Amino acid sequence: MTASPSTRIFGSGIRRREDPRLITGNARYTDDIKLPGTLHMVIVRSPVAHARIRSIDTSAAEAAPGVVAVYTGEDCSCGSVPCAWLIPDSNLLTPEHPALAKDRVRYVGDGVAIVLAEDRAQAQDAADRIHVDYEELPAVINPEEAAAAGAPQLHDDVPNNIAFTWIPNGDKDAVDAAFDAADVVVSERIVQQRLQPTAMEPRSALAQWNGATEELTLWYTTQNPHIHRLLISGMTGVAEHKVRVIAPEVGGGFGSKIPVYADEALTAWAAMQTGRPVKWTETRSENYVTTIHGRDHIEYVELAVNNDGKVAGIRGKVYAGLGAYLSTAGPGIPTILHGLMYSGAYTFPQIYCESIGVFTNTTPVDAYRGAGRPEATFLIERLMDKAAQAIQMDPVELRRINLIPPFIDGHDVAIGLTYDSGNYEAALDQALGMVNYDTFRSQQAKARDEGRYFGIGVTTYSEICGLGPSQVAGAVGFQGGLWESAIIRVSPSGKVQALIGTSPHGQGEETTFAQLIANELGFPVEDIEIVSGDTNRTPMGFGTYGSRTTPVTGAALVKAARKLREKGRLMAAHLLEASAEDIEYDDGKFFVRGAPDNAKTIQDVTLMTTLAWDLPEGMDPGFEESQFYDPPNFVYPFGTHIAIVEVDVESGEVKLLRYVAVDDCGPQINPTIVAGQIHGGIVQGIGQALCEGTIYDDEGQLLTGSMLDYAMPRADMFPWLELGHTETPSPHHPVGVKGVGETGTIASTPTVYNAVIDALAPLGVEQIDMPLSASRVWRAIQASNGG
Amino acid sequence: MWPKSFDYIRVNSVEEAITQLNKHEDAKLLAGGHSLLPAMKLRLAEPALLVDIAPLGLTQVSDRGHGWSIGAMATHAHIAANANGALAQAAAGIGDQQVRNFGTIGGNIAHADPASDPPAVLVALGAKIYIRGSGGERNVAAEDFFIDLFTTDLLSDEIITSIYIPRKEGHTNAYAKMAHPASRYALVGVAVDICTQEGHCREVRIGVTGATTHAVRASGAEAVLQGAEINDGNIAQACEAIQADIADQLLGDAAYPEDYRQAMAGVFLGRAIRAATA
Amino acid sequence: MQVAITVNGQTYERDVEPRLLLVHFLREVLDLTGTKVGCDTSQCGSCTVHLDGVALKSCTMLAVQADGREVTTIEGLAQNGELHPMQESFWEHHGLQCGFCTPGMIMASTAFLQQNAEPTEAEIRHNLEGNICRCTGYQNIVRAVQAAANGGDG
Repeated sequence: MTASPSTRIFGSGIRRREDPRLITGNARYTDDIKLPGTLHMVIVRSPVAHARIRSIDTSAAEAAPGVVAVYTGEDCSCGSVPCAWLIPDSNLLTPEHPALAKDRVRYVGDGVAIVLAEDRAQAQDAADRIHVDYEELPAVINPEEAAAAGAPQLHDDVPNNIAFTWIPNGDKDAVDAAFDAADVVVSERIVQQRLQPTAMEPRSALAQWNGATEELTLWYTTQNPHIHRLLISGMTGVAEHKVRVIAPEVGGGFGSKIPVYADEALTAWAAMQTGRPVKWTETRSENYVTTIHGRDHIEYVELAVNNDGKVAGIRGKVYAGLGAYLSTAGPGIPTILHGLMYSGAYTFPQIYCESIGVFTNTTPVDAYRGAGRPEATFLIERLMDKAAQAIQMDPVELRRINLIPPFIDGHDVAIGLTYDSGNYEAALDQALGMVNYDTFRSQQAKARDEGRYFGIGVTTYSEICGLGPSQVAGAVGFQGGLWESAIIRVSPSGKVQALIGTSPHGQGEETTFAQLIANELGFPVEDIEIVSGDTNRTPMGFGTYGSRTTPVTGAALVKAARKLREKGRLMAAHLLEASAEDIEYDDGKFFVRGAPDNAKTIQDVTLMTTLAWDLPEGMDPGFEESQFYDPPNFVYPFGTHIAIVEVDVESGEVKLLRYVAVDDCGPQINPTIVAGQIHGGIVQGIGQALCEGTIYDDEGQLLTGSMLDYAMPRADMFPWLELGHTETPSPHHPVGVKGVGETGTIASTPTVYNAVIDALAPLGVEQIDMPLSASRVWRAIQASNGG
Repeated sequence: MWPKSFDYIRVNSVEEAITQLNKHEDAKLLAGGHSLLPAMKLRLAEPALLVDIAPLGLTQVSDRGHGWSIGAMATHAHIAANANGALAQAAAGIGDQQVRNFGTIGGNIAHADPASDPPAVLVALGAKIYIRGSGGERNVAAEDFFIDLFTTDLLSDEIITSIYIPRKEGHTNAYAKMAHPASRYALVGVAVDICTQEGHCREVRIGVTGATTHAVRASGAEAVLQGAEINDGNIAQACEAIQADIADQLLGDAAYPEDYRQAMAGVFLGRAIRAATA
Repeated sequence: MQVAITVNGQTYERDVEPRLLLVHFLREVLDLTGTKVGCDTSQCGSCTVHLDGVALKSCTMLAVQADGREVTTIEGLAQNGELHPMQESFWEHHGLQCGFCTPGMIMASTAFLQQNAEPTEAEIRHNLEGNICRCTGYQNIVRAVQAAANGGDG
């Protein structure tokens, strides 16, 4: 790569700097790391969804070759698994979640014992020899049924399995009055099916305990090492400053590597018990029963609309499956991150949402790419299409009538948020132009005459991301701040290390953050290294999720860089014997105004501030700055997505013909990386629409327990994704950028869903539960007037 | 990912393989391993001895004039590249590139996964399975070989050596499949071998997989077509008939229930007939 | 059992249990950890290597079956310090994000191009069916393979 002039580095799609190690097999993920003397841990898991443990016989396992130790819940002093999002005003109940089940198991996969052996195969052999006597109890899987009277009860201290009932600030009477007065009310029961996140790298942990120094080092597959340090400190009793959490290369997360799990904590606890390093790596089948799932809502939602197309209000009641225990952020997903999104991109005057969190005998549910916001966008967009049909208006026209008009610095929506900036109609118009919407409608009509069923779906969305102001975090019960910090450290020879508290794992910030720093300070990108993922090397941070790393850490870096630039300017003035007011900066050079040759480079001032032989009065030595940054607001990316599909009405097969996405995440630091985020998000969201979905049987057995059954999107399902973009800067971010990690997932599910329903409209099909597998589409057609 | 311990032996002749199978009750033959090893990794299969038959060769895919001889150890990729018609189509759609490179047809049919592709084709093509064991050599028609879910006519001391597919002048054939979106196994697969004359069906054989507990012939659908003109109406009738043919042997699951697969057997029979007669 | 397996041009003689999978032989015995394990049912393709020049899911072969044969892993693809054109192409076209599926994707794609030097987009997508990626949405992987097939100028 040739060095780009730093003035043009912002906005350049340069190749990623993390790639050379990844494409050559030299990157080290957690399971790739080996320590001498390591014991391998296998966790014995409950094969039944709900049972009392009568007894556990570990004697055969203890006698098996290579076994060093076996522990059950009775022997285990590892602390319970905490929940870290205690939503207020909801009567939240937080039943205990032991690291190993003591007397009762509550889902298939609940850990009951651990085996530590010299190698992994021996540990597995021994685990197979542990006999657990279970007294089976009735299980409940569906959250709506679990909340009903008479359902099997999971926790003695949680009546009716209801963990919380949450209602955002809202005037129910006013909302109901708006519905009563409206011309039309459309409603739908939406099943937001449970999904399995499936980061390609399974979770893994390697723990090392140094008894002499009482230091615990943990290599983890984590999205947020500092949070894990805090929570693991609590679970193990090791002081936080003696715990070091390292996220080496991490192979995707999508939310599933945010929570603190029993499994990783058990490696730490076992290392402390045995004095030897302990490693655990889940298999994919294990991942599918123990790593968190996403979504799992049953929603009753309604939209009130007048015949002129103006929406009068939206309201919904959500039964949110939480799984058997509260995962780290579990309660926050179907409430704060869901209910606050009910305005979408629109001027809805009245909004009401009630969310009931329910325990079921299933794997715990937590954040999965988009986390609460895709569910909200789906129901809004679904209801908009239904409303359009009800008042016989084109669905695009209905959206246009209700879109928030362009705004550059703040727009208040009824739910109580202030959106930062948006120009929704511009994105809509660009996307409509790309698909030639008007001609499509006539082609569609013609094709229907020939017995072919084409459909189009259009989503206009706005998303809350860049989480978020810490004051808001506190107000909504999040047990942490949501600020970030960064240190930019320049060595005497002008090489830069930027240390950040967030922990990217595929999003490319080693590149984009180097571009940001290069843009501010003029160091070549090659001279800038981004350091993350090690609590002993990096400053405090809350992690990479919620499309927040670039909006929040990026802002911290820019502000730190600007402090350095100011220090550099003062130093340059001193070196050039000029007044600081007369010093200008451009592209890595400080020069006297009007005399560009009379200059000092950023490297010059780095060296001279570091040597500190002759500093200006009052200046401290060194060329390093740190910055804490608490965002004043969220950021609100937006856009329009359009899908065109064809449905084979004989077989129910759905073929995606075109997919167009126009997204606005403000100025793009690296358009190639932005496009990659959007591609990935779109495909993940379409996975939910068309093929992904967890299936449990009535006894709580996971029927989608391996990649043979859980249908991941594959390359051959997709046409070439067509991207456009608009650019509306965030007014409160120092370089105007918004997050882009989740937009694709938020928009694409309803877009494709609505396209399929549009295709089948002539047959009278109005609703199909996701995923829209060929079998379900066929069945809906059979049940309609086309069957 | 960590199979239970087992013994391993490599054999250099069919006789040796049979001797090993005779000696050890819990022995399994290891061909490509692409059906057996996945089961062993999950500890769903725990043989005490694996008899690796890789050294035996048996990899031919040969046109002998009167018919094709396919060695039991021929890989799906080799068959896809060197055979033709329905057999090559089915082989090209098994698993993925990597699986086709090492999975063998003998291993595949011995495993008798109900959703496997080749069995339907072998039934439709009237293939014969050549088998050797302690009792000597025998052959069995494909339609008699597949007995039930993961169950074949093969005895515990027997080994498949080859598959013979007779050449039938004037016949054309095709395989049409709906793949499971995750496993890519057949939710339903229909193979048709047909001989037409002046637009009429002179002879036809139909094999089904995926929708049924094991690969079966659809004789009712065959009877509808036999002697009939190949037109939309008769194809539709055959598609109805195949659903009755398989009604007693249906297989399904929560995502793709029996009635759906039954209906799709009809849809994909239509596609296979049209492809074979195109 | 004693095996001699040639990996990336070097022959390794080791005593292994019959149950040891080739992928674990590479990762645990030889410490060649570039080859990944992403599933346990032979679906995801992260473990793809070349065995005697063709693509194999190394989780679906025993090390003893590879005795006497030649394996190429992602670590052996670059020659004399020069990246393989497919590696270059994945880099150039942003064909990876978290990188976990990438070694398998690159190994599967290089083997595929050896059999089909000028594939269509549809053929590329079809031939990636044995490799799962959660990050990229596949588009830039397809672009990278297309570009590699066209000699690097996609």
